[in-house]
Amino acid sequence: MEYVFIIISAVFVNNIVLTRFLGICPFLGVSNRFSTAGGMGGAVVFVMTLSTTVTYLVYKYVLLPFGIGFMQTITYILVIAALVQMVELILKKISPALYQALGVYLPLITTNCTILGVAILVIQNEYNLMQSVVFAVANAVGFALALIIFAGIREQMELADVPAFMKGAPIALVTAGLLSMAFMGFAGMVK
Amino acid sequence: MNQWENFTKGFLRENPILVLLLGTCPTLGVTTSAINGMGMGLATAFVLVMSNMAISMVKRFIPDEVRIPAFIVIIASFVTVVDLAMSAYVQALHAQLGLFIPLIVVNCIILGRAEAFASRNTVFSSIIDGLGMGLGFTLALTTLGGIREVLGGGALFGHKFIAQDGILIFVLAPGAFIALGYLVAIANRLKGRAQRPAVS
Repeated sequence: MEYVFIIISAVFVNNIVLTRFLGICPFLGVSNRFSTAGGMGGAVVFVMTLSTTVTYLVYKYVLLPFGIGFMQTITYILVIAALVQMVELILKKISPALYQALGVYLPLITTNCTILGVAILVIQNEYNLMQSVVFAVANAVGFALALIIFAGIREQMELADVPAFMKGAPIALVTAGLLSMAFMGFAGMVK
Repeated sequence: MNQWENFTKGFLRENPILVLLLGTCPTLGVTTSAINGMGMGLATAFVLVMSNMAISMVKRFIPDEVRIPAFIVIIASFVTVVDLAMSAYVQALHAQLGLFIPLIVVNCIILGRAEAFASRNTVFSSIIDGLGMGLGFTLALTTLGGIREVLGGGALFGHKFIAQDGILIFVLAPGAFIALGYLVAIANRLKGRAQRPAVS
């Protein structure tokens, strides 16, 4: 039951993109096409689960015992960067098909703040390992969901007649605002 | 390019938020009030100036293949400095900004300037570039925070001048997207107008 709460809260109520404002750059950047949004979403689910697990273990078994919790930011970003590189290499060797699908998005993920954000959030929320993994998967799914919905809207919007100065980023931001408003409907579902 | 132009390009012509649309996460996340926006902007500006300076100093010693990880470590070090200093001296603001302080590391503006400017230019012009870009970022954040605070709560910098409640939606998440959308649209319009004489 506890896990169900974490999942609903992360996917809908506190959606990482639309309420927490993390990962806006990829949200605006790769949401032009439905298929690229799906690919990016998949890559994020994959990397976020892995990186949160690893950073959690690093925090619990390296940073805490040595009393160097203040090194969190530096350590995390290095672990994430190394992990993304490694995933890229391994995928290339083991599963070329998956690499084909996710490959181009992997380098972008290092600078995706959702990954670092979730890694820090699980420490702030004082989750245990299992809760952290569930939280990471749920947030990644929330990210993918927002991205895919948004890509669908933007594909439709190409047909609309937008005033010249609103073209591109401004209208995308306003649309994201409306989408965020829709997600506010979930507020209060889970404390 | 002279140094004055180098300094002022960050304000409108190459404003990191309004024109380049970089670093949107902290922009939307912390600008519930003008003061929060300003605090976040200044913290980022500090990291930007310091990392630009450090990177332009050591650029000759960093092999090209590992430059990105090296830049990230330099940036992360300064972010840690800011994080610790802010939690020591301005606790309330630090608590308000929360998660977004460590996330300065992955702010695309900083790595972008390191890669596009500091790794190619002298120490002095890198510092000027960092200062200009950082203040341009602060300006945009303070403006956005101010707009949201006025519309959402009828106050500015914490001083309330309208007795009633404001339009609550502007303090909440959707207001951030909508306000930034219109701000970018206005910047587009201004930029278009400024460029028009040069074209004809």
